[in-house]
Amino acid sequence: MSFFLEVLIGGLLAGIMYSLVALGFVLIYKASGVFNFAQGAMVFFAALTFVGAQEKLGFPIWAALIFSLILMIILGVLTEKVVLRPLVNQPPISLFMVTIGLTFFVEGLAQLMWGTKVYPLELGIPDEPIAITLTRWGLNTDAVPNVLKEINSFDLIAAIVAGTLVAALAIFFQITRVGRALRAVADDHQAALSVGIPLKTIWAIVWSVAGFVALVAGLMWGARNGVQFALVFVALKALPVLILGGFDSVPGAIVGGLIIGALEKLAEVYIGPYFGGGIEIWFAYVAALLFLLVRPEGLFGEKQIDRV
Amino acid sequence: MFYREAGQFKKSYKEDQAILPILQDKIGVVVILLIAFVAIPILASDYWLTAILIPFLVFSLAALGLNLLTGYAGQLSLGTAAFMAVGAFAAYNFELRLPYMPALVSFVLAGLTTAIVGIAFGIPSLRIRGFYLAVATLAAQFFIPWLLVKVGWFTNYSSSGVITTQPIEILGFVFDSPAKRYFLVLSIVAFLALVAKNLVRSNLGRAWMAVRDMDVAAEVIGIKIMRTKLIAFGVSSFYCGVAGALYAYAYLGSVEPDGFNLDLSFRILFMIIIGGIGSIMGSFLGAAFITLLPIFLDIVINEGAEILNLKLAAGVTSIMQLLVFGGLIIFFLIVEPLGLARLWQIAKEKLRLWPFPH
Amino acid sequence: MTKKSILQVNEVSLSFGGVKALKNVSFNSEEKSILAIIGPNGAGKSSLLNVINGVYKPQQGEIIFKNTVWKNVIPFQAAQSGISRTFQNIALFKGMSVLENILTGRSLKMRAGLLSQGFYFGACSREEIEHREVVEQIIDFLQIQHIRKTPVGRLPYGLQKRVELARALAAEPELLLLDEPMAGMNVEEKEDMSRFILDVNEEYGTSVVLIEHDMGVVMDISDKIVVLDYGQKIGEGTPNEIKNNQRVIDAYLGVSD
Repeated sequence: MSFFLEVLIGGLLAGIMYSLVALGFVLIYKASGVFNFAQGAMVFFAALTFVGAQEKLGFPIWAALIFSLILMIILGVLTEKVVLRPLVNQPPISLFMVTIGLTFFVEGLAQLMWGTKVYPLELGIPDEPIAITLTRWGLNTDAVPNVLKEINSFDLIAAIVAGTLVAALAIFFQITRVGRALRAVADDHQAALSVGIPLKTIWAIVWSVAGFVALVAGLMWGARNGVQFALVFVALKALPVLILGGFDSVPGAIVGGLIIGALEKLAEVYIGPYFGGGIEIWFAYVAALLFLLVRPEGLFGEKQIDRV
Repeated sequence: MFYREAGQFKKSYKEDQAILPILQDKIGVVVILLIAFVAIPILASDYWLTAILIPFLVFSLAALGLNLLTGYAGQLSLGTAAFMAVGAFAAYNFELRLPYMPALVSFVLAGLTTAIVGIAFGIPSLRIRGFYLAVATLAAQFFIPWLLVKVGWFTNYSSSGVITTQPIEILGFVFDSPAKRYFLVLSIVAFLALVAKNLVRSNLGRAWMAVRDMDVAAEVIGIKIMRTKLIAFGVSSFYCGVAGALYAYAYLGSVEPDGFNLDLSFRILFMIIIGGIGSIMGSFLGAAFITLLPIFLDIVINEGAEILNLKLAAGVTSIMQLLVFGGLIIFFLIVEPLGLARLWQIAKEKLRLWPFPH
Repeated sequence: MTKKSILQVNEVSLSFGGVKALKNVSFNSEEKSILAIIGPNGAGKSSLLNVINGVYKPQQGEIIFKNTVWKNVIPFQAAQSGISRTFQNIALFKGMSVLENILTGRSLKMRAGLLSQGFYFGACSREEIEHREVVEQIIDFLQIQHIRKTPVGRLPYGLQKRVELARALAAEPELLLLDEPMAGMNVEEKEDMSRFILDVNEEYGTSVVLIEHDMGVVMDISDKIVVLDYGQKIGEGTPNEIKNNQRVIDAYLGVSD
């Protein structure tokens, strides 16, 4: 049982990392109806810029952080202006395909700027079981249940970061005027325009926020796996999360991420051996797909009524 | 001046519905076929045949398959490479287990096998659409190569997962030179392209386009949505399967499941975006473009570096490929969403009037 | 009643979430007649049409078409039994030419198999020509010869509406449902469209159920009128009866206390 719990917790924590990426997709989808396949490339771009600025330009961490944030905002705003604005009112499928093109372009751009080397990304977060970290800090770990001792400190911190980010975004969108405007835009572009909401400004803000989310995701994933081209595939991990949670739901991205993370780990441990392992690569997709057949709009997505 | 249809009257609906109603087009196609079937096998070098023409034809066929599904029936798939893998490995096993089977029969059976797999993965399209479906097709893209690697039987227990294809043999005749293989691939591709053209101009093709353009209206006029979509998946996968078999047998000679990756799927998607979504000819134009572009880029970059006396950093070519591919996709979708095929059509319309302005 | 009824709507209720679009609506339509459904915006007219051919599933009630009782019909079945329709917001296939659009209306009558179509041989090539002939008659009838090869997306609104009617007619329906066939047309176009509808009704004996806002047209061409308001039927009768129906007048002009 405790082994099961261990796997489950590990999966849930890994799932938070998926949520982090999925969040970027959801934000843009909610605001502009675009399914931005390039979100993964943006994560890669952000992480590479962050380490590149330190290695190549000699920036200190804080400067690198600000520098990458600025670049991400520029990238987001430019994408919206140059790539997506001309395609307003095109079928969603064209918008989707253009973001695949964008994926390639951003991947190329990132490597053009910073080279193809694999960089380590050091955030100073310990990557070890929490018990060890606590002991190192001179704390007594006797009170901690065994199951929790095995949790990786890094995963825990990633979870806290993701949780904070989600909470911050939720507050941002619930309370601020921009947030209210965004929700109005998500409901109905035309209506939002007609009551005087500056659609273009809102889109620029959303793309900037998505850039910021990509940066956070890039830092966490980069610190975990190193900053390399494979980071672009992180986005592929986030897609089943979106199917499961619904493309337009922030809570869906979080819960979906947790479920996919947990399912994936449990499946790898308990079902994987029967198939010779490696099922992680497709299991999430198949699980999400089966789920779709039952509930096409996802866990939290809104059911669509066809109007004719 | 020369491209005129004036004076060519159509006396029956049959003539009006012909694939090439205009005389000049007929002549053009005959010339192209003569060049492809006669001139090229005689004149082209082995390098041209194996490195450019055969892959071009194979990719054209795969792009054609994807175009039937995405361009005509409106169902976006990101799993083309996986279906090609099914075709390649199915053909390998048919040849392996039934040794006297003519290669052509194996290819057809491989296509049919892929069609069945494609229909199975097309079932979600009955409930979901648009990019939901596109994401769902990624399931096929990840699952199929994994399965081919994991189940040893498919690769005949090859430890590395790499299979080496048997010689292509039809009734004792062995296609053992690049020119012969080119000829075989060309014949298959030309035939299947004709079939595709026929399908899209008859009832099935109209049903596909109806489902693509407005599925509710399609159902209301009596088109079975489910059947139409599944046939699209089946036919498209058949094409991709045969393309996969040719990719393995006529082009590479040895393949592994992981070679049929997402990158290949994207490359074929790019072919139809650039060539022309919903156009048979566009599939060929796009395949030619995407096959030639890396070669062209490579030459330009290397020559350029030599002239400017620059030392190239590692991976510059692949970075430039990413940038150019990505940039072109964005460019075409914004500026000419119907691709090269549309540009060709516009050129023809201009030519029809030339040299007079109206 | 001497005439047979072709369509009966019995106690149909439909709601979306909490919103009741239709409440216990019943009426019947006689064979070879033109019935108009009128009512203010949001009265549930389009919903009613959508229920008749199965696009929406009513929570209660049934549709009887040609003596068959339908509880839960799907659009395909409705098409198969001889109902075809047009939509309020034109639902043509934008990527196809006029000719191809109208040919899709013949889908149910085409039998050629996959192989025959792939080789364009035998049944397929025969069918394509047979159906083309029928379609050409419809094209002549609606006077759209000059645009037959034009992509529908390039056509003006009035012509698109006409093409949509042509597509519906291509199925040789027994019952034709028209959702605002004259919306947004000028007087001349409306006259043309009215004439087409009357001709279809007379020449082919097709029954028509149509939604229209232009009272002049409705009064001129329909045999019977059903009036909806807030999802309820508030009147039914011949044009003359409706003209003098106090409830209808109140609903349209507002009641003065």
